Amino acid sequence: MGTGTRAWHRFRGHRFGLAGLVLLSLLVIACLSAGWLAGALGIDPEAVDLFSQYGAPTSAHLLGQDDLGRDVLLRLLAGGQVSLSVAFVAALAAASIGTAIGLAAGYWGGWLDAVLMRLVDSVIALPLLPLLIVLAAIDPAKLGFGPWAEEQSFGLIRIVVIVAAVGWTTPARLVRGATLAARAQGYVQAARALGVAPLAIAVRHILPNVSGPLIVATTLAMGQVILFESALSFLGLGIQPPTPSWGNMLTGAQEIIWQAPMLAIYPGLAIFLTVMSVNFLGDALQDALAPRATERQDAA
Amino acid sequence: MLRFLTMRLAQSLAVLVLMSVAIYGLIGLMPGDPIDLALSADPRLTSDDIARLRALYGLDEPWAHRYWAWAIQALQGEFGYSRLFAQPVISTLAEPLGRTLLLMGGSFAVALAIGLPAGMAAGARPHSRLDYVVNLICFAGVAMPAFWLALLLILLFAVHWQIFPASAVALEPGFATQLRHLALPILTLGLLQAGGITRYMRAAMREALSADHIRTARAKGLSEVGVIWGHALRNAMIPVISILALDVGGLFSGALIVEMMFGYPGMGKLLFDAVMGNDYNLALVALLFGTGVTLVANLAADIAYAAVDPRVSFARMSDA
Repeated sequence: MGTGTRAWHRFRGHRFGLAGLVLLSLLVIACLSAGWLAGALGIDPEAVDLFSQYGAPTSAHLLGQDDLGRDVLLRLLAGGQVSLSVAFVAALAAASIGTAIGLAAGYWGGWLDAVLMRLVDSVIALPLLPLLIVLAAIDPAKLGFGPWAEEQSFGLIRIVVIVAAVGWTTPARLVRGATLAARAQGYVQAARALGVAPLAIAVRHILPNVSGPLIVATTLAMGQVILFESALSFLGLGIQPPTPSWGNMLTGAQEIIWQAPMLAIYPGLAIFLTVMSVNFLGDALQDALAPRATERQDAA
Repeated sequence: MLRFLTMRLAQSLAVLVLMSVAIYGLIGLMPGDPIDLALSADPRLTSDDIARLRALYGLDEPWAHRYWAWAIQALQGEFGYSRLFAQPVISTLAEPLGRTLLLMGGSFAVALAIGLPAGMAAGARPHSRLDYVVNLICFAGVAMPAFWLALLLILLFAVHWQIFPASAVALEPGFATQLRHLALPILTLGLLQAGGITRYMRAAMREALSADHIRTARAKGLSEVGVIWGHALRNAMIPVISILALDVGGLFSGALIVEMMFGYPGMGKLLFDAVMGNDYNLALVALLFGTGVTLVANLAADIAYAAVDPRVSFARMSDA
């Protein structure tokens, strides 16, 4: 039985992981089908209709209408496209930073390892949300970004950079641990004895062997990143309206909670279900791909 | 022991200094500067006036010089004036800090009251139905956005049942009224922390119950209750206490959201208002203060952990 098959067997035994995978796939498919659904229902998702403010659910507006009379379901799906893609890209970015740092710390060891791991500890200990708020308040003009800073794409890249800047610690730790294990393997020592350059060993021989923990770390980072992004967007510092995101759809929900309680529920429920699915998935992947790491965590 | 202490203290100081550089740099990157604000307040200022003001405040100097000047002043306890409150920054911190500590203290009590028994019960019976349910709830707690939990609690307690008000600030005096207004913020932050405490307690309890001396205690016929309370709990508490202290940074983040949601004028809301209102001095000090408190809590956790548990060798920890 190959490694992949064995991992799949372990994964399949994890019922919640499987449920997370299914739920996450459904959410992604639903969000991707937003455009098609808008056409099928014959609704323009951006259309404002103040006469049907807080409209109750109908056959056309399945989840009702918001404070501007826009269709709640379509906005939810459009917001999901934004939130999920931002989270995905940010998690990849965080995992890349974490991999570079974890690989360097684990492979070269010594003082580099000590310094990098103290850095990880320090970042984890920081009051991250206050720090993120200051990061989000930075004026891009002072960093030399010109007119590009006014565009929508800049806002999205900006939030990706900000949350990735604090989300890399878990990947760094997991990759470091896996690197330490891989370094002790015979083939790495053989490559060293043959005089292969350290960077080549790290990239060619160690990196492929830490791919399991890396996948786990990316998945777990995604859950964290979604929570950070939604909190910032909720506070008005992340993704800016009119671009919908699950976080910023809740910004005004508190003021209108008496008129439209459901508007305070749907986007938060979407965030909650997504993060929960992602975490279940990450947990199951950890059992399947990096069983030793799980044991260690369980004992801690 | 002394070597470990000095090492850890030096490390924490180094992190604090690095963070002060980083935070000073970040605050400098916020939109506008004090002169822009003066200009918008008084449009009659000419460009000559502006150049003079810039030189007067040292804003034309290189960044490193400005940081150095600020650090020298800060070390003497001089943090400048707050723009929003028109008083020294230090004196604006006292009241919000007291409120945040009240919020954190209350929520911590709630979290312990939920988390410790739940974690103990689940950890004492691994793989039981109870363990399963507790674990599932903890998973849900980790995935819960703080602001959405606040919204849900407002929806339930303030809108639906109308038991507690949705705002943390009481307009009428009286202890009971104040307490009623604080109920939802404290409950929100408490529930947010409870998941973590339960998980740590559960894991620590499992670990403690698998130790050899527990098997001995059982073998000599000690009841299960005696085993858990007399032997396992003490060993389980050590990692839990230190991990709790390590989470102070996360507590600040949660408190910020809760303060924003319930309009509670604590440190988190102060920082947010300072950032939004271009109050550079205040934002700088508030963020640095939060970082400092977090570092001290971490340091205390490390030392306490090492002091309480003789198995932790100081020499080994200072090498790690």
